[in-house]
Amino acid sequence: MEFFRNPNIDFLGKKWYFLAFSLVFSVAGVLSMLFWHGIPYGVDFRGGTLVYVKFAQTPDDGAIRAAMDRAGLHNARIQRYGQAANNEVLIDVSEKETGEQALDKSKLEIIHALESNAPADKLDLNNESMLTVKGYLLEKDPLHLGSDAAERYAQTAQAILDYRDKTKGGVLSSIDEVKAVADPAVVASLKDGFFLSGFSVRNVEIVGPQVGEQLRTQAKLATLYSLAGMLVYLAVRFEWIYGVAAVITVFHDTLITVGAFSLVNKEISLTVIAAILTLIGYSNNDTIVVFDRIRENLKLMRREKLSDIVNRSINQTLSRTILTAGLTFLTVLALFLFGGEVLHGFSFALVIGILIGTYSSIAIAAPILVAYQDWRANRGRQPVMVPADKERNRREKMKAKA
Amino acid sequence: MNKNLGWKVVVIVATLVVFVFGIFGLPQSWSGRGLLAALEDRIHLGLDLKGGTHLILQVQVNDAVNVDSDNALERLKAQLKSHKINYAEITKPDPTNNPEKILIKGVPPEQSSGLRSLVDDNLPEYSLASGLENTWTVSMKPQALAELKRRAVAQAIETIRNRIDQLGVSEPVIEEHGLGQYQILVQLPGVDDPARVKEIMQSTAMLEIRQSLGGPYPSEQAALQDHGGVLPQDSVLLPGRSLGVNQEGPMWYLVSRASAVTGRDLRNAEPSRDENGQPSVQFTLTNEGGRRFAAFTGAHVGENLAVVLDGKVQEVAVIKEQIHDNGVINGRFTEQEAKDLGMILRSGALPAGIRYLEERTVGPSLGSDSIRAGVTAAIIGMLAVLVFMLIYYHAAGINADVALILNLIILLGFLGYSGATLTLPGIAGVILTVGMGVDSNVLIFERIREELRNGKTPPSAVEQGFSHAWITIVDTHVTTIVSAVILFIFGTGPVRGFAVTLSFGLFANLFTAVFVSRVIFDWILNHKQRGEALSIG
Repeated sequence: MEFFRNPNIDFLGKKWYFLAFSLVFSVAGVLSMLFWHGIPYGVDFRGGTLVYVKFAQTPDDGAIRAAMDRAGLHNARIQRYGQAANNEVLIDVSEKETGEQALDKSKLEIIHALESNAPADKLDLNNESMLTVKGYLLEKDPLHLGSDAAERYAQTAQAILDYRDKTKGGVLSSIDEVKAVADPAVVASLKDGFFLSGFSVRNVEIVGPQVGEQLRTQAKLATLYSLAGMLVYLAVRFEWIYGVAAVITVFHDTLITVGAFSLVNKEISLTVIAAILTLIGYSNNDTIVVFDRIRENLKLMRREKLSDIVNRSINQTLSRTILTAGLTFLTVLALFLFGGEVLHGFSFALVIGILIGTYSSIAIAAPILVAYQDWRANRGRQPVMVPADKERNRREKMKAKA
Repeated sequence: MNKNLGWKVVVIVATLVVFVFGIFGLPQSWSGRGLLAALEDRIHLGLDLKGGTHLILQVQVNDAVNVDSDNALERLKAQLKSHKINYAEITKPDPTNNPEKILIKGVPPEQSSGLRSLVDDNLPEYSLASGLENTWTVSMKPQALAELKRRAVAQAIETIRNRIDQLGVSEPVIEEHGLGQYQILVQLPGVDDPARVKEIMQSTAMLEIRQSLGGPYPSEQAALQDHGGVLPQDSVLLPGRSLGVNQEGPMWYLVSRASAVTGRDLRNAEPSRDENGQPSVQFTLTNEGGRRFAAFTGAHVGENLAVVLDGKVQEVAVIKEQIHDNGVINGRFTEQEAKDLGMILRSGALPAGIRYLEERTVGPSLGSDSIRAGVTAAIIGMLAVLVFMLIYYHAAGINADVALILNLIILLGFLGYSGATLTLPGIAGVILTVGMGVDSNVLIFERIREELRNGKTPPSAVEQGFSHAWITIVDTHVTTIVSAVILFIFGTGPVRGFAVTLSFGLFANLFTAVFVSRVIFDWILNHKQRGEALSIG
């Protein structure tokens, strides 16, 4: 089975269509970054407090907003998160309210506001940890185990909480549900000392402004070093123009990917930056495969125009390019569809990145090479020498002398 | 065409065995559950998969510097007075930003040499610089300053570690974080209530110094009997740490109810030797603590004080003279006891304030959901690739699939052996490795197809395919690994996990896609007749 048997598409001829396509998306992205959604920095970079809450029932956005207002958190952003059936809500308080004096002040206020109708003397079984439950059971001793009960109650507490977290997704609707893993006496005792608040805190991220700034710097440095490394490596393996072409290509890919995040208003977190650095690597790989073939063909097809050689090289590697892109895209798509909410930004960046990265090796990197060559030729200079060219010229000069 | 396939196959099988062992170790049982348990044992899960709390704290090192310079200031004052050197004012002009600087105004020029020798003799870590109009700046030498700050962070780490040990958290991570910002990273797997942890970290381990009024008594009754059945006012009986000889329980001590000094007032405690060369413990108090301690010790010279930790009497020591902020406890210690006491006192002493910069908590339900999602995506992605390779490349697809599966085993084995942490992005890295790894096979196979189309024989086509593709494979792998290394350097926990699995996966891929695939092809070619076609789609 074969998709591309000896293709012969004139890619370079279509370069104006490619350019138009790229321009449209780049400009759309840039406009969005400047005037519409801006660059949607995640909490990692802008600082702030994020509390992810899972409710037992469908959450009532109005009631949540009212609770936040009562707590004085008027700027809290409330957003449904993940699949609707999961009843998850994300509450986002900006960094101005996340002071350095008490970093978790906002988080405590949020949780307190949500628990507004809690009975004063009871603990919330949906949000307590194993040690608390164990301590309670040890004190009340519902199974009458006496003094040696510590280990036994630790196991019971762990079993109850595992049931809550792993089977019930973190939220119990009724304490009776625990009967599946615990003795009825234990359950009765729990009902005395615990209530259920109807929600459970799944995840908390609090980033102070100082750390936000540090992470921004780290991300920028990492990207810069990556690009510099690429440029150097390619300049050494090929010629500097190849390095420049690759860097421009990668820059184009990153711009469109970040633009996509801006257009869709998806947050850019640390893992998204990791994905972007990965797609830089991937796009670079793709470009190298084409460049390798160009270099090989330059040795073989001595008398042909550069644009013909480049076209031929792209066609020859087309099969591999589309296949690899397709296969990698398959795996990343699996991640995007099945990998869960936490990795969503990461997999979104890769989905876009792989498509654009593959496209750009053909549509951007190759035309740049040819365009540069033509520009040099038009200005009357010698065309840029690739090592094979240099070798060929040297031999021809020696022949001429002899 | 038997190219020593024998030993190559042995190498591959050996690799397989070695890395499977890396994944599972020696499992208790070979059932599904036994294997799963062995797997969980070998592979460390990151916080985002296990659930837990991640904190970044900053040690306010200027606090520690302020304590040192406060002490220096007091000593300077005393020395200036005793050497009768006049001055108008001695202050710290900017304790917030420049805590290491002390300003002395109004020293007459003729006394300046006296001042200089005074500083040289008494404050070896400080240097003296002259300013305008008879003002002098005494500031800590840069090296001493840097050393003090470094020690403050190291001591904070030790203190925090001691306190977290009390919580019984399994495998906590407490280490210095970042570059030169005096930050500490604390990771506590399984702890989803950071409030309690933060309380414990910032509070003292209830260290108190009280007046010792009597004891040791073998029991509470004996103590009561000694005082006619009623304890003196404002005193309390506390158990001691050490057990008496032939005794069942601890010895009891009568101590004052109030404490002269608590752990909050301690800044440091080190084992040392007193003027008689006996092991003792030298401690430093804060200014405020020093004042109170001076009042207490001044009033009770010749009597005993008791060092109480968590309500238990650790040591009873004689007060030899009035102690300000720098004192020595000697109570006939052995060297080990002096060391222990120093450590106890230190573990109750945070050298400087700590401020929280970042806090992340992953609940256990999210952790297990993440694992489930990650593994599902990995399996689906992998299956999609495996099936596609079979359809597109026919029998050669089996070759690629075997290489891929071996790749995965080696990757997971690497993780098991190296003890590296697997995070959620790390699982994504595994998925990505599958996609990018299969690229090598595609490169080789496409080349082989091309050569076959050009009329080469199968063995020659295979040879050409591998040799041409090799350079490109190396190029692409090196560039991606360099990307991953940069990610590792600049990334934090979860991102590092991704960099690690991606790198391991690509290294493994260099082995499987080239060596293993080649061996399989050679083995197939050996078993083909001359002229028989190669099944490569």
